[in-house]
Formats: sequence, structure tokens, C-alpha cells
Amino acid sequence: MSTVRVLVGTRKGAFILTSDGKRKDWQVNGPLFAGWEIYHLKGSPVDPDRLYASQSNDWFGQTMQRSDDGGATWAPVGNKFTYDGVPGTHQWYDGTPHPWEFKRVWHLEPSLADPETVYAGVEDAALFKSSDGGATWEELAGLRGHGTGPHWQPGAGGMCLHTIIQDPMNHERIYIAISAAGAFRTDDGGKNWKPINKGLVSNFLPDPTAEVGHCVHHVAMHRSRPEVLYMQKHWDVMRSLDAGESWQEVSGNLPTDFGFVIDIHAHEPETLYVVPIKSDSEHFPPEGKLRVYRSRTGGNEWEPLGKGLPERDCYVNVLRDAMAVDSLDECGVYFGTTGGQVYASPDAGDNWAPIVRDLPAVLSVEVQTLS
Amino acid sequence: MNQKGACAAGPPIRVILPYHLRTLGRVDAEVLLKVGTPVTVRRVLDALEDRYPMLHGTIRDHVTQERRPFLRFFACEQDWSHESPDAELPEVVAAGKEPLLIIGAIAGG
Repeated sequence: MSTVRVLVGTRKGAFILTSDGKRKDWQVNGPLFAGWEIYHLKGSPVDPDRLYASQSNDWFGQTMQRSDDGGATWAPVGNKFTYDGVPGTHQWYDGTPHPWEFKRVWHLEPSLADPETVYAGVEDAALFKSSDGGATWEELAGLRGHGTGPHWQPGAGGMCLHTIIQDPMNHERIYIAISAAGAFRTDDGGKNWKPINKGLVSNFLPDPTAEVGHCVHHVAMHRSRPEVLYMQKHWDVMRSLDAGESWQEVSGNLPTDFGFVIDIHAHEPETLYVVPIKSDSEHFPPEGKLRVYRSRTGGNEWEPLGKGLPERDCYVNVLRDAMAVDSLDECGVYFGTTGGQVYASPDAGDNWAPIVRDLPAVLSVEVQTLS
Repeated sequence: MNQKGACAAGPPIRVILPYHLRTLGRVDAEVLLKVGTPVTVRRVLDALEDRYPMLHGTIRDHVTQERRPFLRFFACEQDWSHESPDAELPEVVAAGKEPLLIIGAIAGG
């Protein structure tokens, strides 16, 4: 029987939640790295027992961990993230030039082809790659160096590269997203990059349709349709049918189109999930009712899913990396909240139940489906 | 004298690490290090990182070698955080009678 392993990063450590294919009874293992912020942990699609974790805090900075046995044991690996050449400057919150400074790793994306290769998205925004299992890291400097870098500006959470998506049909193509710069794409394995933000409208910018400066919160792609992208922007849910060359808004009937997460059903490439958040000033669900919204049409028409979720007095947030799906026949959907709950739906969102209720604030959720 | 200008090590230097670095390095609160003389903060940290490579970058910056801002160095009831990393530590630290303490700045609430 299949096993589902949910990897949860929190403000105070990591947790690994395990269940069989029924996804009813869960074993909770943790905290791992107790007391450290675990922004993200993720397994290799090639070798699911190879896990990488980003471990950091304000006192001791960034460290990295790797497991070769599915999270049973861990060992520190390389933590030296040095920008290529002279780092230069980006814009600070007030628009003045500010030197690039490494702060932490937000997101880890193991290679689709090689368990020794893993990408890291960092703050201040840059993309790093390790080809030796995390021992050493090298910046893919073409991203920061392609020309628009000096105009990037941090969002409220910092200037983070938080999304890395590899095209499963074209290993040279990678998408990344930065808050608040926008989305970018390489077609040559990371040497050259271009902004892919045409169609995004951000009214906080002097030019709302500028080439860069958009606060992209998350981007999702279904492996069977790698040219189709879905984006939860600061405001607006967007769709691209042409690998990011252009974007159209698909917020439709959502109660609010502000939010952080967006994900796609494992077997239905037009079935999307978002968690609407009231506004950029009030980071909690509208009316205190926690709801996932699902579209079965690639956006525009959305239905609320709340069976098993709090009906009232719920004022948590769901952060950008805190939703994932499994790939069992009946797709499971998972998300974590800043209130420390991790919810699971074993039936594509129709019914929800908490796996755990009282973890530290959840920063990230990833799921591994193990046979 | 070796390449770093240090003479042969004397008695082991005692270093007390904060909790999170003990768990990261999988060591006890106090570690003993062979450090060449004169004993300075820089030489103690060089020896610490040589022996426990996972601590690289956690006490001082990888590149600039500057102390991370939320960490402090204490010895003999004195704050050494703002001294030059090449300043000679007290004789009792060099003699292994008193430890060098690396502690995290207090923050809570």
C-alpha cells in the first residue's frame, strides 16, 4: 500500500507526518531541528529518501541539512552562499540603492533528474545550484545579472526568491518567482533569463504594468502541461497558456483575490486550489471562515470548500509554500497555517480534517507519495 | 610558528557554545580545542571551525569574518565582542583555566 509523507517546515522546527493511503491515521515525528526556523524541506523526485532542509535563525544564520534515509537521520551540508562577483545593489523599500546581502534560503527544489542536484532560492533574491548533494553552492548569476536586478525591491517579507519550477519536458527551462520583482524564465539551464510579467497589473507600482516589480506570491504548474502556469499574485489570480509570455486574470468569483498559495490537482491539470485572504492589510480569511477555493476550469469559476475547516473565529494565514498535493488515485490536498494547523483532504478538497492542530506557525508543506 | 603565525599550542582552550550550536555540532556545552599562541578569538574560531565544519558561518560571516550581530564573546566576566579578533585573550583563558563563552544575545517576550 502507498504511504504519504508530509514534510512540514515551521518557525520552530520541522515535522514529518506519515500515513498510509487512507490518510486517516497519522504519525507525527518531530520537532526536528527544534528551535530553528525551517523555511522549507523537500525530497528528491528521483530518490524520495533524499531530503534537503533549509535551517536558519537570526542568531546563527543559515545552515543546510540533508537526509539520505527519508528523514530518520540528518547531517549538515554546505551553507556558504556567496553571490557571484560584485553583488551590486537592488532597490530598498524607499527606492534607494541597497547592496545585495544573503539572509536565508526560502525554497529548495531538488532536480527532476539527479538527486545530487538541488536548486535554492534565497533572500536577497538569487538562485543557487548545488551539484554535489548540497556540499557546495554556486549562484546562477545570469538571473541577477540580466539587467533588471537593480530595480527589484523587497516585499514585506523580504526580497525572496520563493518559487522554482522545472519543466519536466525541457530540462533547460526553469521558472522562478521573486517578491517583489516578478516571474522569470530561463530556456538554457539558467545562463540567461527574461522577465515574464506581461499582463500583470500592480497598482502599487508607478507603472502598474512595468516589466518588473510585481509581487508574485506563488506559481504552480502541472507536469502534464508545462506551458500552462497559474499564479497567485499579491492581488489577482493569473493564468498563462504560453509559458509565461502573457498572463490573464482568472480571479473570477473569488471573494477576494489576495492570497499566497496556489496549487494544482495531481491528475486534473485544470483543477486549482487557492486560499483567499482578506487583504494585504488583513492577512486572515474573510469573515474568519477558513475556506479553500477550487476551480475545475483553470480559473474564473471557483467553489468554496469548507467541510471540516473552521466556520468562525479563524484568523490564521496560509503562507506561499504551505500547500501541496499527493499523487494517489484520489488526490489528497494539504495545507498548513500560521496557527500551526496542518489540514488534509483525502478527496481532492471535498472534506478536510486536521492532521495536527498545535504546531508552531507553518512555513511550508510538501508531500511525498511513496509506493 | 605555523602558516597563521601561531606558535605551538599550549593547554586545551575551553569554549562554551550556545545551545543551538551544540545541537548543530553534536557536542557538549564545553569543547576543548588546541589553539596556537598567542590565543585570540580569531584563532579559537579557526580551530573550532576546523574541528566542527558545520559551524562555519554560524558565529562569523563566511566572507567578511565579522561576528554575527546577535552573538557575543565573554571571557573572565568581560565582554570581548567588540575587541579586535586578533587581541590576545586573558592568560587564564590561554591556560585553559577559564572558558571563552560564545552566547546568543537575549531576546524574548
